[in-house]
Amino acid sequence: MTATTPVPAPVRAVASVRAGDPGRAPHRPRAWTPYAFLAPFLLIFVTFVLAPALYGFWMSLHNWDFFLPEQPFVGLQNYVELFTPGALVAQQFWESMRATGIFVVLSVPLLMVIPLGLALLLNRRFRGRTFFRAVFFAPYVLGVSVIGLLWQYLLNANTGLVNGYLTQLGLDEKIPWLTALPWVWVSLVGVTVWWTMGFNSVVYLAGLQGVDENLYDAAKVDGAGPWREFVHVTLPELRPVILFVLTMTILASANMFGQSYLLTSGNPSNETRTAIMYIAQVGLEQFRMGKGAAMSYLLALLLILVSALNFVFLRQKER
Amino acid sequence: MATLTVDRPTLTPETAPAAPTRRRPRGLTGTLLLYAALLILSVIIVAPLLWMLSTSFKTTGDATAMPPQWIPPEPSVEGYTSLFADAQAPVLRWLANSVLVAVLHTVLVLVTASAAAYPLARMHFRGRNVVFALIIATLFVPGFVFLMPNYLIVDQLDWLDSIWALVVPGAASAFGVFFLRQFFASLPEALEEAALIDGANRFQIFTRVVLPLSKAPLATLGVLSFLGSWNDFLWPLYVLFNPENLTLPAGLSTLRGSYATDYPAIMAGAALASIPVLILFAFVQRYVIAGVARSGLKG
Repeated sequence: MTATTPVPAPVRAVASVRAGDPGRAPHRPRAWTPYAFLAPFLLIFVTFVLAPALYGFWMSLHNWDFFLPEQPFVGLQNYVELFTPGALVAQQFWESMRATGIFVVLSVPLLMVIPLGLALLLNRRFRGRTFFRAVFFAPYVLGVSVIGLLWQYLLNANTGLVNGYLTQLGLDEKIPWLTALPWVWVSLVGVTVWWTMGFNSVVYLAGLQGVDENLYDAAKVDGAGPWREFVHVTLPELRPVILFVLTMTILASANMFGQSYLLTSGNPSNETRTAIMYIAQVGLEQFRMGKGAAMSYLLALLLILVSALNFVFLRQKER
Repeated sequence: MATLTVDRPTLTPETAPAAPTRRRPRGLTGTLLLYAALLILSVIIVAPLLWMLSTSFKTTGDATAMPPQWIPPEPSVEGYTSLFADAQAPVLRWLANSVLVAVLHTVLVLVTASAAAYPLARMHFRGRNVVFALIIATLFVPGFVFLMPNYLIVDQLDWLDSIWALVVPGAASAFGVFFLRQFFASLPEALEEAALIDGANRFQIFTRVVLPLSKAPLATLGVLSFLGSWNDFLWPLYVLFNPENLTLPAGLSTLRGSYATDYPAIMAGAALASIPVLILFAFVQRYVIAGVARSGLKG
């Protein structure tokens, strides 16, 4: 087999160089070989992932102001403060958590349902499938900065394209898309759906293509129409993918930062200032890093809990 | 086995013809409805991008004219020239910084992740399971947890306001290691055994047998890393300061303030940031989509 495979040709060249080295038995690499392979990755991993994960928690236990000469240990005080009614930090933090929560609740259902519909369309056989799939995915490759600049212009109340067309349709009032409730949420959610629906569609599509064809044939034999086929075959078969998309989408929406930063700057009166935006302000603008770190850990714990619940749910239903 | 080739469809699902899909649209009406729906959706997706491009070639007056003008009445490159002339907004410098950062970052991810994935897929050694479990565990930790501690670490290394702050910290890709490990483990071991018997060492096997067989997943990981780095927004916003040192995303966000309503200039900047990635995406879309699709199947 080795003689006829096309790949080992260069290996044979290597082998001829090393032919005079019969001493070492194959399969017995030197003990340090695996560690040498791992070393570059582990160096970066330990320095910028493992260490900061612990360092951050350490910071959250201190009054860690970047500009103070000393960072005194305060125990869990930073966490306690977040649960102290009346504390300014607590009030602002939970306000920002509320904004993130609103965004998650509004965006996740749309980002679950619309991409699924799109994937069902794209799962049919027709000319230009690959092309349309690429078109729907395209906005996702543009960063949030481009999306933010573009939609800030399109949604401008006075000069934007959206209100321009609404005026032509006979709407007299100019909708304050980026400055007033509830329009700010419509804008932030709408732009996010426009930006990321292609991503979820592609994940769904891969799942749809893995569904066993025979199940559909069986359903047809039983006289199932398209709707019952969808409910009784497609949805159950797709459950693992749906739960995966759900988890990913909740996490992505809970991490929302750029859209609020660029489109609404957190306005009106901090209504759309998300948790990440507030954490970044406290930690990296005001440099009250101990407090910022405590908030990060609290939010992270919550999100890890959500993903864990999703996976437990997935496991349970699989049995 | 003699006919084993690198292009076996099982090795590179993304290059295989799409799985035969069920359900043709029913009849002519069905087909027309399908295309109508796809066309409407495509317009919703593409129109804002065309508007961006169109505006970048308008005069400031035309940019806000109502009713909207899709074709610039007086085509102009004013937006681009005013942007290029502004020392406070060196967009070409930002573009160069972005390219440099994304390329270096991608190379670092590919080298470190593939080297780490290989022993995890193929060798038995003390601590393997612990290392792998630790790497996987970090996939579940949201990125913002690292924001503040990494800011301090980068500061200690004197990397603030330099490209290294963007290139290195995110380069330990847990997803990359997991993704490549799964692929390496799926390769037929016989090839490597043959090379081992021929006396090749592990490093030679890795670079001359395993990596050449892994072009498709490496391309997928490379493209995803490039896009991630190119579009990264929050981190560069806080670790870069000097206008000369910004990347496009961080730089563009400063245009909102300084150019307020000079939409042709702002859209010129946005177009400059979009066109390179859109062209790249057009060429490598199957790798991007394969990577995204795979993430779902593994989950």
